[in-house]
Amino acid sequence: MSGTDQQAVVEMHGLSTRIGGRLVHRDLELRVERGQVVGLVGGSGSGKTTLLRQILGLLKPAAGSVRLFGQDLGAAPQGSQTAILRRLGMLFQGGALFSALPVFDNIAFPLRELKRLDADWIRRLVYLKLELVEMEAAHGRLMPAELSGGMVKRVALARALALEPELLLLDEPTAGLDPDRSRSFVKLLGQLQGELGLTVIMVTHDPETLAGLATHIAVLADQHIVKFGTTEEVMAGDHPFLAGFKDADKSRLL
Amino acid sequence: MEADRTRVAGDESFPEEACLSAPRLQIASGKVVMSGEWTLAALLPELRQLQDELAAGDRADLPWDLSAVERLDSAAAVLLWRTWNDRWPAELSVSDTCRHALERVAAVPAGAGSGKEAGHGLIERIGYLVLGGIDNGRGLVSLYGQMLLDLWHLVRHPSEMPWKEVAANIYKSGALALPVTGLVGFLIGVTISYLSALQLRSVGADLFIINILGISIIRELGPVLVAVLVAGRSGSAMTAQIGVMRVTEEIDALSAMGISRSVRVILPKLLALTVVMPLLVLWASAIALIGGMLSAMVQLDISPIYFFENLQRAVPVANLVIGLSKGLVFGFIIAWVACHFGLRVKPNTESLSANTTTSVVTAITLVILVDAVFAIATRDMGIPQL
Repeated sequence: MSGTDQQAVVEMHGLSTRIGGRLVHRDLELRVERGQVVGLVGGSGSGKTTLLRQILGLLKPAAGSVRLFGQDLGAAPQGSQTAILRRLGMLFQGGALFSALPVFDNIAFPLRELKRLDADWIRRLVYLKLELVEMEAAHGRLMPAELSGGMVKRVALARALALEPELLLLDEPTAGLDPDRSRSFVKLLGQLQGELGLTVIMVTHDPETLAGLATHIAVLADQHIVKFGTTEEVMAGDHPFLAGFKDADKSRLL
Repeated sequence: MEADRTRVAGDESFPEEACLSAPRLQIASGKVVMSGEWTLAALLPELRQLQDELAAGDRADLPWDLSAVERLDSAAAVLLWRTWNDRWPAELSVSDTCRHALERVAAVPAGAGSGKEAGHGLIERIGYLVLGGIDNGRGLVSLYGQMLLDLWHLVRHPSEMPWKEVAANIYKSGALALPVTGLVGFLIGVTISYLSALQLRSVGADLFIINILGISIIRELGPVLVAVLVAGRSGSAMTAQIGVMRVTEEIDALSAMGISRSVRVILPKLLALTVVMPLLVLWASAIALIGGMLSAMVQLDISPIYFFENLQRAVPVANLVIGLSKGLVFGFIIAWVACHFGLRVKPNTESLSANTTTSVVTAITLVILVDAVFAIATRDMGIPQL
């Protein structure tokens, strides 16, 4: 799907972010098109998660604009804000599961919020999503506190996928997963992406996830995107940050 | 510059809705033909109508043609699968990607985990309540025991005494509570004095205002009032703090460093509140008496000097001792209960709020219960014989 239609799903133009007087992003430009899987890489504290929060509208840009599906989230009226946000799913770094609700209700929550689906439909969808992230139906009754770190991640992914989003934002999706799960996660996401034409923006430090999934890589450093292009292009470049990545990749191959 | 590689978009905004082709369902020559986007977002606007169309007649046995479907997500796949009564239709033409989505739905066992936990009957619920009570009692007793053990340990190893934490807790629950306890005390003093004055003047017993105020505030109102305020203020804060420390695994982190959580977290709170409560009681009672004194001056023309001199005669010192010991005991009870419920917080927000509420309610109830015990035990003390 990528490349054929030039629709920008996320578009950031001249974006600056200021947190507590510190400038995190300055004149940041990024355009993610439909069907792209963008790996967002950068050193710790370079503002990757902050960038995701900007996309979600959790932070207001100090300057510049963020457009989602062609609309400015900040300027949109309440009703269409909800409509825009329903088209994206976010996997937070720590999972951000509702701790008072069991796993089943966590995944069912966004579906119930639509107020249009009946209980049986929701139930089937929830178990489908659980199956999708390789969790058992019996896990639906567990509370988030009873889950292991990797399970939290998978439930959070299931919840992010609940509304069949067109845009998926993933913050460290494979951190905390064992290599097997991490690989099947990459496979699953690739499959979903192929079927549904998902657009994905993921923050990751895992070279394997990046190599297996990303069609494009954006390198965030010095407060802006220093490099953006297809995975091959960027990997062929010589940005110091990527050198470390490539080394890790090589040592894995050995 | 490398940033130039990122393509800067123009201002064109594309009409998103137009590129979603609506889901369509047609019956042509005994065949169900589906086309368009079968995704949750596209389904929602016409959901009812589509559901009706799918449900109408027995269509599960007809041949289905899904080849014109552009996209099929799992929500739509579940909808279809339900229409097909959980099995594949006899004839189905479908693209490979859409078949994947359907296969995933087919792989989910139909009755998966539908069994909800049965509700509890009345007797069961009473049973759980009793068991919960016993459990709480046991927790409180073991917390008390642990405190004694810790104190004994600190007596033998005085260098491990957490002075800094105790001081911080004294400041937080003592010094910072002075304004609110003072204000409430003052207002209560004024109110009681005012209302009593109205009554006393009508029977010409003006001077008894000193006895009434002195005994009631020093012996009863001061301690209970401060206890209620402190339970709401410091008790809830203690429960919430320990609770969040449990949620965020800070307590475990302390244990991992070999630092006893009971010495470093629990004990300072118990000690600080036990020490600081009598002082707060003294402060609040004094301010309440000043309020009452002012009100008596305005209402009954009793001069502050006269009030003060007679206070010593009207209120034997035993009352002050009783009031301050009450403060001591109440302070301990509040911190004890607060720490107990803080440690019971499970790592979720619901449990945190429930335990904080229970902590405050239990602390206040216990305080009033113990106050009644005090009243009976000290019935022969400190009442002046006229």
